[in-house]
Amino acid sequence: MTVQLVTAQGKESADTAFYQTVKEKSGARLERCYQCVACSSGCPSAYQMDYPPHQLLRMVQLGLKDRVLKSNTYWICLSCETCATRCPNNIEIVMVMDTLRHLALAEKIKGATKLPLFHRTFLGDVKLFGRIYELGLILWYTIFSGNIFKLKGLMQDALLGVKMFSRGKLAILPHRIKGQKAIKRIYDLTGKTG
Amino acid sequence: MEKIKYGYYPGCSLESTAIEYNHSVHATAKLLDVELVELDDWNCCGASSGHCTNYELSLALPARNLAIAEKAGLNIAVACAACYLRFKQTTHDLRKDKQLLQKIETIIEMPYQARTETRHLVEIFAREVGLDEIKKRLKKPLRGLKLASYYGCYLVRPPEVTQFDDPESPHLLDDLMSAVGGEPVDWTHKVECCGGSLLLGRVDIVKKLTDDICRAAIDAGADGIVAACPLCMANLDTRQTTTKMPVIHFSELMAIALGAEPKEYSKWLKKHINNPAPVLKERGLI
Repeated sequence: MTVQLVTAQGKESADTAFYQTVKEKSGARLERCYQCVACSSGCPSAYQMDYPPHQLLRMVQLGLKDRVLKSNTYWICLSCETCATRCPNNIEIVMVMDTLRHLALAEKIKGATKLPLFHRTFLGDVKLFGRIYELGLILWYTIFSGNIFKLKGLMQDALLGVKMFSRGKLAILPHRIKGQKAIKRIYDLTGKTG
Repeated sequence: MEKIKYGYYPGCSLESTAIEYNHSVHATAKLLDVELVELDDWNCCGASSGHCTNYELSLALPARNLAIAEKAGLNIAVACAACYLRFKQTTHDLRKDKQLLQKIETIIEMPYQARTETRHLVEIFAREVGLDEIKKRLKKPLRGLKLASYYGCYLVRPPEVTQFDDPESPHLLDDLMSAVGGEPVDWTHKVECCGGSLLLGRVDIVKKLTDDICRAAIDAGADGIVAACPLCMANLDTRQTTTKMPVIHFSELMAIALGAEPKEYSKWLKKHINNPAPVLKERGLI
């Protein structure tokens, strides 16, 4: 059901089904949140989020689907579990963040970050070889993300790459596992990833 | 005493960016008579990218490894805190939900009953080999070496899943460092996140978090930070910007204290970006 709310942003549509969907998929007891802000106080990446975790939870409770899914909060979340460990109501906040990521990928929401691309590159690597090929992951992500055109960062990373390479810390060739068919089957049967 | 034997899951990083961790784990295990049998044809656990994008995938990838260990009749020893949590989470979720367990069993096409236990090497050395036994075997106590034990996130959180130690003020790694003669310092950032999965995706955040951690360790008077995870190690050692804090795996220090040969440890000490050798030399340990 869609209802009109008056928020700090003016009039906004709220989708009550969104709250139920997130609650069911995450298994989190979302109704328990009473805005104590313990989650946001300990969150190491809240300073870079559009909305800190406690605000995002409130927005989910209200059904502000658009604003929630277009925010960068759930991609910036490090899944470090500090919030969930400290929540006095035992709300599984990291499961909520995971659920929002899954929903955003399923609905092809254009996010504010390149982090979905990182995850896709990472999992593509695993699908191909069965294990992470670190050098490949670094190179592919640098190219796909466009970071290759950011000269300052690129120079720093290239310098670090040379240091690691000269110390024998970057395997040149990927290791291919024997059970590649089994890995492909796992990917096929667990459905589409972002 | 029966010999301690585990199915060893090194994880992807230990074959490449954390190769020194792998070498020193094997050296320490050998010196403590722990047998580590590498799991046959193991695969990546899916790490953060798995659970961020697809729940069932995040269970099935670890489950294949857990099933390989179950077939071999072994429990799993892991070196990486991220792999540790993925394995523990999979076991935790599948033990609670038999239907999901059956589904995952079909997906991986292997018999799997979620019986395999997963332990981190810190737990195996501190709790199974035991601190007293380690003290008995010391060849070169790390006297005078002030160490900031860094637990990060996934060893201690979520506590109901990992059951490793107190989530806010853990001490298992400190106990282990005391047992090998080091001096653990009391500090503020034991369980603060290093930025983990944003390693490549948001370098700016990782730099801020690692700088905070390194500065906290320096403020507490530590000579170095002790890591128990290859990803924490990669972030802390390569992304600190305003400090030059040595970061070292607990197993490197243990192997040195337990009498590893110089030609052995010199190979892995060279691999660090912030060289830990000067401070070890200064204390007369190498």
